[in-house]
Amino acid sequence: MNGAVIFPLLLFLIGIFMIGLWSSKSLKTSNSFLQDYFLGGRQLGGFILAMTMTATYGSASSFIGGPGAAYTQGLGWVLLSMAQLATGYFVLMVLGKKFAIMTRRYKAVTLVDYLKERYQSKWVVVLSAISIIIFLFSAMAAQWVGGAILIESLTGLSYTGSLFIFAVSVMVYVIIGGFRAVALTDTVQGIVMFIGTLILLIATIVAGGGISNIIADLVAENPNLITPYGFDGGLTPLYVSSFWILVGVGVVGLPQITIRAMSYKNARAMHQAIIVGTIVVGFIMLGMHLIGVFARPILPGIEKGDTVMPLLAMEVLPAWVAGLVLAAPMAAIMSTVDSLLLLVSSAVVKDVYLNYIKPDASNQLVKKISLSVTTIIGVAVFLMALSPPDLIIWLNLFAFGGLEAAFIWPVVLGLYWQTGNKYGALSSMVVGVGSYILIHSFLPNAFGMHTITFPVLLSLAAFILGSLSTKRIALKNSTL
Amino acid sequence: MNKNKEDTDPRFKIANREAVIGIILVIINFVWWFVFAYGMGSGPIANYSYVMGLPAWFFYSCVGGFILMVLLVTAVVKFYFKEVSFEDEGRDDS
Repeated sequence: MNGAVIFPLLLFLIGIFMIGLWSSKSLKTSNSFLQDYFLGGRQLGGFILAMTMTATYGSASSFIGGPGAAYTQGLGWVLLSMAQLATGYFVLMVLGKKFAIMTRRYKAVTLVDYLKERYQSKWVVVLSAISIIIFLFSAMAAQWVGGAILIESLTGLSYTGSLFIFAVSVMVYVIIGGFRAVALTDTVQGIVMFIGTLILLIATIVAGGGISNIIADLVAENPNLITPYGFDGGLTPLYVSSFWILVGVGVVGLPQITIRAMSYKNARAMHQAIIVGTIVVGFIMLGMHLIGVFARPILPGIEKGDTVMPLLAMEVLPAWVAGLVLAAPMAAIMSTVDSLLLLVSSAVVKDVYLNYIKPDASNQLVKKISLSVTTIIGVAVFLMALSPPDLIIWLNLFAFGGLEAAFIWPVVLGLYWQTGNKYGALSSMVVGVGSYILIHSFLPNAFGMHTITFPVLLSLAAFILGSLSTKRIALKNSTL
Repeated sequence: MNKNKEDTDPRFKIANREAVIGIILVIINFVWWFVFAYGMGSGPIANYSYVMGLPAWFFYSCVGGFILMVLLVTAVVKFYFKEVSFEDEGRDDS
């Protein structure tokens, strides 16, 4: 579309590529390939940990879908999005030191490793590996579509061409660099997201003639836009509050986030990451969604919410700055996708292949398998994203909610409740995922709350009942 | 069984306390967010007051809530969180 916009983007992609290449060097000398490739050897420092958590969590929906929804709904949607502030501190505090100690004791490399050691059950392993592979694969496909559409809209290339560029730039560094490359590129991507948000927020406020002016314009158009209830009064307090489960506390159950809670070096890194993470996630969520609302008086009448953020950047900024700012959603998508790709690969290699097919594989063989599996999954996602599904957010939230309902209690109660056992974990996962799919399909947003609410409660009940009712059997087995 | 050993590991006492702090913080966060948003935001729009150009409910709930949580989280981490080793004593984990 515009050379001045494309050039900074290109620079960004090349920069990411170089970092990936550079961080793959340490893998060559590794003598524990699995730990290093999938977990970065548990050596993450505080700043990198905070950035990789934030960047992995912040995805296409934070930079494209979210501002688009805020554009339509007004300040009520910004209010809703602020439920995400909790993710900045809650995950690391609740999983916290106990998770770090236990996963080290178990020598766990994946979330499934942890569950396997904690519950000693083949079925827990199989079920959790399958749900990770299915759900995260579809989440990944949705994000790739988002990435390709973004490149398409910026460069004017064909969708297939854009998807190809996106796929290649992500896959290369993930495949050769593993977790360390993902974490380091996430850090750069997180910084780009932060700065992009800051620049665009300021430019939007200036272009709109100051905050008071923008708010007055919004009131003139539709006063509901500045209430907490949405443009048509449809955002009820109960509905908005239920997002605290979906995008707030429930994030504890997301494997791409929990895996990060076992990757840090020491307690100091964790402490620092909690503070930095809260600041960064809060600022990006508040800023990006406010930008969506503020865009309304500047660019009225946009029909497709997903185009608000790119159009706004090109409207209120000089071309080359717009290119820099538009690297932010690019970064958000890439930093989510790279983690998902690696995670799905680890589920296949570590949780399925090494557990059940060839437990005695040598370091060299593991290396070969890991690299090829990552490549194959990447290519498969590429093929799937070629004919894109419509609603990015819908698919994304579906995978999100399903995984949260599956893992939140087996992970959290597995840590803090001794009595919890494999029967509880299994029933919790089955009930969580099952009820999520059923409620989502037949009773979406039941009783005015987001679909996630009941599956999370039901899976809690299933975990507790399942564990208590089999307490005696489990005790007997463990003493044998 | 190593269950007893687990119960007495002093590091787990610290970990449990910090997890409880996390839950308390998220409750404070939620209540603050909810009370300001719906307490101040549900009256007629003509009666809205404004802070820095933003509706007061929004300013206190979202902007104020964000700043409050950053301060609280920082204070809690600095004063209540303890540094512990993650490796098990007497076990070679390298």
